Amino acid sequence: MDITLIQNTLSYALITGTPLLIIALGELVCEKSGVLNLGQEGMMLMGAMAGFAGTLLTGSLFLGILLAMLAGMLMSLIFGVLTLTLNTNQVATGLALTIFGTGLSAFLGNTLVGQTVQGFQRIEIPLLHQIPFFGSLLFSHNILVYLSFVLVASVWHIMHKTRLGLTIRAVGENPHSANALGIHVIMLRYGTVTFGGAMAGLAGAYMSLATTSMWAEGMTAGRGWIALALVVFASWRIGYLMLGAYLFGLMSMMHLILQGTAITVSPNLLAMLPYLATILVMVLLSTNSVRQKLSTPMSLGKPFDPKIH
Amino acid sequence: MLKIQPRIERSTRMSWLSPLIAILLTLLASCLLFLALNISPMAAFKVFILSPFSDSYNIGELMVKTTPLLLCATGLTLCYRANIWNIGAEGQLLIGALASSAVAVHVAADAGTTELMIVLITGACAGMAWAAIPTLLYQRFNTNIILSTIMVNYIGYYLLQWAVYGPLMDPNGMGFPESAMFPDGVLLEPLETTINSFFSFFSHADVNIIQTGRATDSIAVALLMAVLTNIILYRSLPGFKLRVFGEDKAAARYAGFNSNRIVWGVMLFAGALAGFAGASEVTGPIGQLIPQVSPGYGYAAIIVAYLGRLNPIGVIISAFFMGALYMGSDMAQIELGISTAVTGLFQGTLLFFLLACDYLINYEIVFKRNTTDTTQSNEA
Repeated sequence: MDITLIQNTLSYALITGTPLLIIALGELVCEKSGVLNLGQEGMMLMGAMAGFAGTLLTGSLFLGILLAMLAGMLMSLIFGVLTLTLNTNQVATGLALTIFGTGLSAFLGNTLVGQTVQGFQRIEIPLLHQIPFFGSLLFSHNILVYLSFVLVASVWHIMHKTRLGLTIRAVGENPHSANALGIHVIMLRYGTVTFGGAMAGLAGAYMSLATTSMWAEGMTAGRGWIALALVVFASWRIGYLMLGAYLFGLMSMMHLILQGTAITVSPNLLAMLPYLATILVMVLLSTNSVRQKLSTPMSLGKPFDPKIH
Repeated sequence: MLKIQPRIERSTRMSWLSPLIAILLTLLASCLLFLALNISPMAAFKVFILSPFSDSYNIGELMVKTTPLLLCATGLTLCYRANIWNIGAEGQLLIGALASSAVAVHVAADAGTTELMIVLITGACAGMAWAAIPTLLYQRFNTNIILSTIMVNYIGYYLLQWAVYGPLMDPNGMGFPESAMFPDGVLLEPLETTINSFFSFFSHADVNIIQTGRATDSIAVALLMAVLTNIILYRSLPGFKLRVFGEDKAAARYAGFNSNRIVWGVMLFAGALAGFAGASEVTGPIGQLIPQVSPGYGYAAIIVAYLGRLNPIGVIISAFFMGALYMGSDMAQIELGISTAVTGLFQGTLLFFLLACDYLINYEIVFKRNTTDTTQSNEA
């Protein structure tokens, strides 16, 4: 295999893995605080639609991204009010959010189908992109890819090096103790849920403004769900999350890679690969169920009412 | 003064009122939506609520939409009662449709009831097999069943796409991604024929008392399965074990109930019903395999199951309601020019309102005259 092919493949894996990384990062923070939001797919679709619509109307990519994040946050607030204030079942509410987001984005985006915008362009970082091999692999992408690097670094820093991160983790492990220590568990969870929504919106906008420059109904094709599996795969660790996201990016690029070779497989069969890989990963994980149990936030998915002990 | 406090016991009355309140709130919300779209809510409700019942053809169409919803939701009800989060009805339905089509396109032109039975059973078995994958992964490897069922849904969807663009594509179909039309013998009997010939048999005369449009016998099967499921759930030992298992796993274990059997039982049952739903779609109103076999019936069935309070008889009512919603949005697209995407929007809104109203099952709003009485605060 020649070096440019490897370089191109890895570069594609990075580009296609980035939206997964962004959305999974938001969900990771959310789950660290003990909230399981299965509505990722719905929020991401809303983000994709809102981002595209925003850019189409204003002509500004920045405003598009802003609108996408806002849409994701609003969606996550619905989830927040239901699960945090009204103590509804997180699994059912998350499913409802996905159904609602899929429907609402298809409904609002109906008139956007078939239109295109000028999406994000590649920006080569001066000097750095000339480093042999790694230069064009890491420093010759659209701005959202760089933003994702910054996001990963800052989330890692916040989660592991600041008081806020410690508080989030404490709430996720034992909300009752955290509550006894005077932490406002519900407010904090509203914060992490909204952050998750913003990240899902951003990841959606990446799909409609950087990957394709168009909007189509259901265009995220299950990435929100794969992101949920990714967080489990990474056992809630940010480093593994990055690795996993790029691996899945590679999986969804398989049809492009195979195109260059003599092997002919139906594109519909190749489209199954990311989902098959997700299942495979979940199976492999079970070989170490003790570690899995230890790394899962203790209160994940459990409703918390400070009035009931 | 208004005050919210936890109830001592779950309110049964509220658990049945909650879906009704949720439906009312959804209607109110949709009023706002129609006003925003410059459509008179009255005109819209006429289309959404009255049109499914306006004539015999439309009542038939309502049954066509209700059948797959009812079949899938009945299966899901048992799963959710056992606390197994099976989201896989959509994929099981698609695979059921795919497998039964694969058989149906290969039967002889003069095929009859035997072949039809084989086709339907193939569909149910394929749905079961598809449900067995996440079940096996869950039982053997303890994978998250929500995620694995969703992943197999996507795989099932692409498998169907592959089939209609590949091995099952009609050679004389001018390249359209559709299978050949099935021979008449493997098509389900229209419901009106069955009912009319039933009455003709007893009255010894040709009776034509009912017309049901495109509806087939599958609605009767769906209703029968729902009633049967109700009996299993509330009047049999396996049903009792299932309910205990769903309420409290530890209690079920201490009682010595075989959890393995319960999980496999509900999953395979749900898979068979969803697979049958797929088979009865392609051998019923559609008559061939097309890429859009299901407009999300498998996902809507989740809402149907909840709306029907995870009670098979309740599910019958909510399936008809959801069927009417599907039909209403079909009609609304034609008469009011609203995109059918509005179905998903209403479904999501409805489930949100339902979940919010369910808050009142475990909490109550009390009116208190005496505001000075602060000693009775609700700090438990």
